[in-house]
Amino acid sequence: MSSVAVIDYGMGNLHSVAKALESVEPGVEVRVTADPALVASADRVILPGVGAIRDCVAEMLRLGVDKEVTEAIESGKPFLGICVGMQALMKHSEENGGVECLSQFDGNVKYFGDNLEENGQRLKVPHMGWNEVSQLGDHPLWADIADGSRFYFVHSYYVEAKRRDLVAGVCHYGKQFDVALARGNAFAVQFHPEKSSKAGLQLLKNFLNWDGKI
Amino acid sequence: MALAKRIIPCLDVENGRVVKGVQFVDIRDAGDPVEVAKRYDEQGADEITFLDITATHEGRDTMVHTVERMASQVFIPLTVGGGIRTCDDIRTMLNAGADKVSINSAAVFNPEFVKEAADRFGSQCIVVAIDAKKVSNEGEENRWEIFTHGGRKPTGIDAVEWAQKMVDLGAGEILLTSMDQDGVKNGYDLEVTRAISEAVNVPIIASGGVGNLDHLVEGCIEGKADAVLAASIFHFNEYSIPQAKEHMRKNGIEVRL
Repeated sequence: MSSVAVIDYGMGNLHSVAKALESVEPGVEVRVTADPALVASADRVILPGVGAIRDCVAEMLRLGVDKEVTEAIESGKPFLGICVGMQALMKHSEENGGVECLSQFDGNVKYFGDNLEENGQRLKVPHMGWNEVSQLGDHPLWADIADGSRFYFVHSYYVEAKRRDLVAGVCHYGKQFDVALARGNAFAVQFHPEKSSKAGLQLLKNFLNWDGKI
Repeated sequence: MALAKRIIPCLDVENGRVVKGVQFVDIRDAGDPVEVAKRYDEQGADEITFLDITATHEGRDTMVHTVERMASQVFIPLTVGGGIRTCDDIRTMLNAGADKVSINSAAVFNPEFVKEAADRFGSQCIVVAIDAKKVSNEGEENRWEIFTHGGRKPTGIDAVEWAQKMVDLGAGEILLTSMDQDGVKNGYDLEVTRAISEAVNVPIIASGGVGNLDHLVEGCIEGKADAVLAASIFHFNEYSIPQAKEHMRKNGIEVRL
């Protein structure tokens, strides 16, 4: 039976991610843990995240999660970052006055701004709710998910990747921004697949079926 | 392409059962909140809200189990409200699997609680529920006040200013129930909904008084709400979620279909 480590660095509830994985693949061994040995021996690794980036990254560094992430990505095993778990993979975030992140992907995390608007309509921040994701190219994690499907988002900061060839999905809210990144065995999403009903569960299922190759 | 307006069915839960019951065409016993939530998820509801109206301790433990069961079977956002008074209450519900908690009277008695909660758990999971009632007379400038105790006790607090204060303290979303309308089915109070929606930069959920699908449309367009919450029109099968979404779509509102 395959195993998946959901890295727990003490920031928020990981119950939903774990339950969603168990729901799409009954019998899968879900390890909610920060134990380096348990993460290293898992077949797949998920870096979730919720809350403020400074606290998240600080806890990651304190617990050695940064090394676990690097090892997991270098090992070639399927890796998935979710929400702040995606943002933490970037180089730098402007949240909390500026935070250096894990630099797995080149690019920055930026604030939507207080004067976001579209067609003269003011847009609220956070970007909260269901929005359409345009898939850029084929990827095993998009299997059986219609292009343009809606996923559930809640965030005030967005990712802008340097290397456009690594962007696997974009979304529009006042401006276009990157919501899925893919490089080899690593994939990262801004939305919450564990809260995105059928489309989200399909993505998690695809992740559990993925061999880490494109 | 745009963010969809959300439809949120709200379930009143007492001792682990849905109060007043919920009727679906094809299931008889719809008293289990998790079964009901599952139905709504299948129909395309964008979120679920559980309002715990249990008064006892035992009942509150039951609610925690209900939330745990819900979170392992239904994968859309869940907000839990009712009786959230301390950070421990919040932690318990979030650990059980709730995505957000809704704070009502506790915020009125101690506004700093909202700040404490937002600092600790993040604004994204702190919803402040506001019960507003119009207090200005005909011909006067509109004024709405916050009420507590199920709308019985006026507080003298201006509803729009209160909403701004809650957001300043860290509320990530406002659940606005317009009391004059609640249960009357005349639709949301669109004026106060719009006034608050324009006054703050976080999403507003309109609640109270939905009697038909046009009310949902008005709430989004005239009330400028980001989400619409309704209970009885869905529970008693007057309308289904797909019907509601189709009606909103026809009226030019972006929805998740």
